[in-house]
Amino acid sequence: MPMDEIALDQADHAHDDHDHKPGFFVRWFFSTNHKDIGTLYLIFALIAGIIGYSLSGLIRWELAEPGIGPMVQFTEWFYGTQGDIAIEQAKQFYNVVITYHGLIMIFFMVMPALIGGFGNWFVPLMIGAPDMAFPRMNNISFWLTVAGFLLLILSFFTPSGNLDALGFGGGWVLYPPLSGLKGHSGPAMDLVILSLHTVGIASILGAINFIVTILNMRAPGMTMHKMPLFAWSILVTAALLLLALPVLAGALTMLLTDRNFGSQFFVPEGGGDPIMFQHLFWFFGHPEVYIMILPGFGIVSHIISTFSKKPIFGYLGMAYAMVGIGVIGFIVWAHHMYTVGMPVDMKAYFVAATMVIAVPTGIKIFSWIATMWGGSITFAVPMQWAIGFIFLFTLGGVTGVVLANAGVDHALHDTYYVVAHFHYVLSLGAVFALFAGWYYWFEKMFGVKYNAFLGTVHFVLMFIGSNLIFFPQHFLGLNGMPRRYVDYTPAYEHWHYVSSLGYAVSLVATLIFFFAMAEALIRRRKAEANPWGEGATTLEWTLSSPPPFHQYSTLPRVKDTGDH
Amino acid sequence: MRYLTLLLTMAAFGGNAFAQGKPTPKAKGFQEPVTELAEEAFKFHDTWLLLMCVVITLFVAGLLVWVMVRYNAKANPVPSKTTHHTGLEVVWTLLPVIILVLIAVVSFPLLYKYDRAPNLTAIASGEVTATVEEQAAASKGWINIKAQGNQWNWTYSFQDILDADGYPLEFTSNPLQRGLSTDKPGGELYLTVDFPLVLPAGRYIRYYTAASDVIHAFAMPSFGIKTDAVPGRLNEGWFKVDTLGTYYGQCSELCGKDHAFMPIEIRIVEEADYETWLATMQGGDFEAAAQLLAGFETRQTTRLAAVN
Repeated sequence: MPMDEIALDQADHAHDDHDHKPGFFVRWFFSTNHKDIGTLYLIFALIAGIIGYSLSGLIRWELAEPGIGPMVQFTEWFYGTQGDIAIEQAKQFYNVVITYHGLIMIFFMVMPALIGGFGNWFVPLMIGAPDMAFPRMNNISFWLTVAGFLLLILSFFTPSGNLDALGFGGGWVLYPPLSGLKGHSGPAMDLVILSLHTVGIASILGAINFIVTILNMRAPGMTMHKMPLFAWSILVTAALLLLALPVLAGALTMLLTDRNFGSQFFVPEGGGDPIMFQHLFWFFGHPEVYIMILPGFGIVSHIISTFSKKPIFGYLGMAYAMVGIGVIGFIVWAHHMYTVGMPVDMKAYFVAATMVIAVPTGIKIFSWIATMWGGSITFAVPMQWAIGFIFLFTLGGVTGVVLANAGVDHALHDTYYVVAHFHYVLSLGAVFALFAGWYYWFEKMFGVKYNAFLGTVHFVLMFIGSNLIFFPQHFLGLNGMPRRYVDYTPAYEHWHYVSSLGYAVSLVATLIFFFAMAEALIRRRKAEANPWGEGATTLEWTLSSPPPFHQYSTLPRVKDTGDH
Repeated sequence: MRYLTLLLTMAAFGGNAFAQGKPTPKAKGFQEPVTELAEEAFKFHDTWLLLMCVVITLFVAGLLVWVMVRYNAKANPVPSKTTHHTGLEVVWTLLPVIILVLIAVVSFPLLYKYDRAPNLTAIASGEVTATVEEQAAASKGWINIKAQGNQWNWTYSFQDILDADGYPLEFTSNPLQRGLSTDKPGGELYLTVDFPLVLPAGRYIRYYTAASDVIHAFAMPSFGIKTDAVPGRLNEGWFKVDTLGTYYGQCSELCGKDHAFMPIEIRIVEEADYETWLATMQGGDFEAAAQLLAGFETRQTTRLAAVN
């Protein structure tokens, strides 16, 4: 069906569709509409993101100069304690802050935004499906995510079992015995387990929904090899979720029974092994980092192609590079554990396997550049974020190759070098991809235009700010500064201070972001169906902005998307 | 031989009496390496790996700048439709493979060196090429120490050296400061401890790590070592430091409230001084043994100044 015919059909539909929209409560609370659920996920991720970002603000504030400062002020105010007790509680509180920062950003910000938000919104639109395969399960997924988040917030205010302090302070990796009865005997940790179980179930249901939708509901003519790369990225992500999360659930359940029912899976005194938890955790944890970055790969591919006015270079290579990254992602987990005391041959294997990942990743980076090569590039806001993403992800990638070398990792493991590395691939990688997608699809989703100048200022300040936060952390790590330290010897002051300054810059950027969004929603400049012109070739641009409540009542027919 | 050690020390540290294994303000790189392992690992990073990082990052950045300049809409209004170039795709698959192989060639021997402690019998008998000092040190065998992580301090024990009661010599090392009102002044903030671990220069030392409660990690940046201390497990590693000095490390696995306040301080002294310290420790007077350390340092400094 030619493009204008689809548009015509949809315009018709949009017209009488006015009557089908349910009332506010039913629409937003009982929603089974993939676009509304996508919007709910995005709003949810935004709220969780604000909390997670505020926690990182507390971290940078505390570390800006030597001495335990802001955390003590907080405990004095919050617990009403004084002197040394307040300081001791402040140390524990710092550990709680880093723990919840990690958990919230991973499970309640990046994943809901990229998979739940953009995945729900654009997978059906891009593959020409009227909705997700299981709309009601989609609703369950979202509300379970919310329930999981509430459990996590509840655990923040629940006794830890130490020092009359609240919250779990054992790091997002939840290593026993620190996460066991010995380290945190209070109910806070049990609530963390329940929270992750809940959000895990939500993600597994969501993953099933995406896999079934993508495999069965593509528009006539859209073969797997004509499917947009974002749908590919979500398919691979969903497969990883489906395989990795049950392993986490197993580990968490063992931890739960260790804590409450006297089992000894991870208790050495009872013949258990704490290292077994680490193996199970990272068997989930490593695919998890690809779960966070793969949707970003998909988004960036579309943006690069759109604004270069060229089809993506090496489409099949791009799709199968993601599949390759997903597969290899399952067999490299113990590179997080080089120092736990593994046999050297096992370490050697994990070094080799880990370095192999650089190959498909390299294919992706070079294919993006090749897509731009020979193109006719315009630098709209999403393109700025996408180009920023490529550069920063490359930087985070090469430090990953450094860390893959177990020999060097003996010096760098658990230092700020690692913190810098994973924030480059996640905070500057996944989050930049997230903002790229946000600016790319904002008009499509909400039917209003944002101010491009404000978007550019947001990008420039965020680029400067986040580099200023994380680049000096490489230096700290090389010089030996360990992770998860509430205070440090004065020699580390300089780069910590610079890093905290960077946070201040990123804070200004974030405020500008919210201002830009408010401005867009208040001014309500009417959106175009396709603001990006001839380069935007995927199906969502054939619909109005925002798309009709129900789309594709007549399925679009794909002849040749020109993708390859 | 002692003279030689002193000269070497001076050569390495420009006349400074003692090496200081600790972080430096505004530093952008590793601490000064003082073991063979650290030297190799740091050199591997500072040459090979850093070069790889910089070249690849600049290469990608350069390509990005080039396409932005050459192929922006003004410079190139009509986009090409090229989406394939098999040759190019083969190159950018194989090139990373070659780079990775080049890295692996250095990386694997280093990893095995970390894990396979040297064969002292072979070194002592001259089967393995070694210096005279190494042969002498090897013939004396390993010094075995155990570092046990506790919430929140380290307990060191010498497995082969017994105290007055016939148990392995054991002592616990607490930091002078924990950010509290009970903090004692002096030393390097958060790094200095009350009873440092004292070990002789030039000897082969095998360390074991263990933990009594949760997981900790025994880390010495200037030695290039980090080994987790896991309850129910005994991990091991080795080092040999030739340079006299004071070296600091910190716990490197989140272990609860005072994770940031359980440093490791190791004093590397001459072997005779080590024997004196050990004898005092065996006598049970830890305070007296700790007070010996200042004397060792002053004597060393004076002697080095005289040589200078």
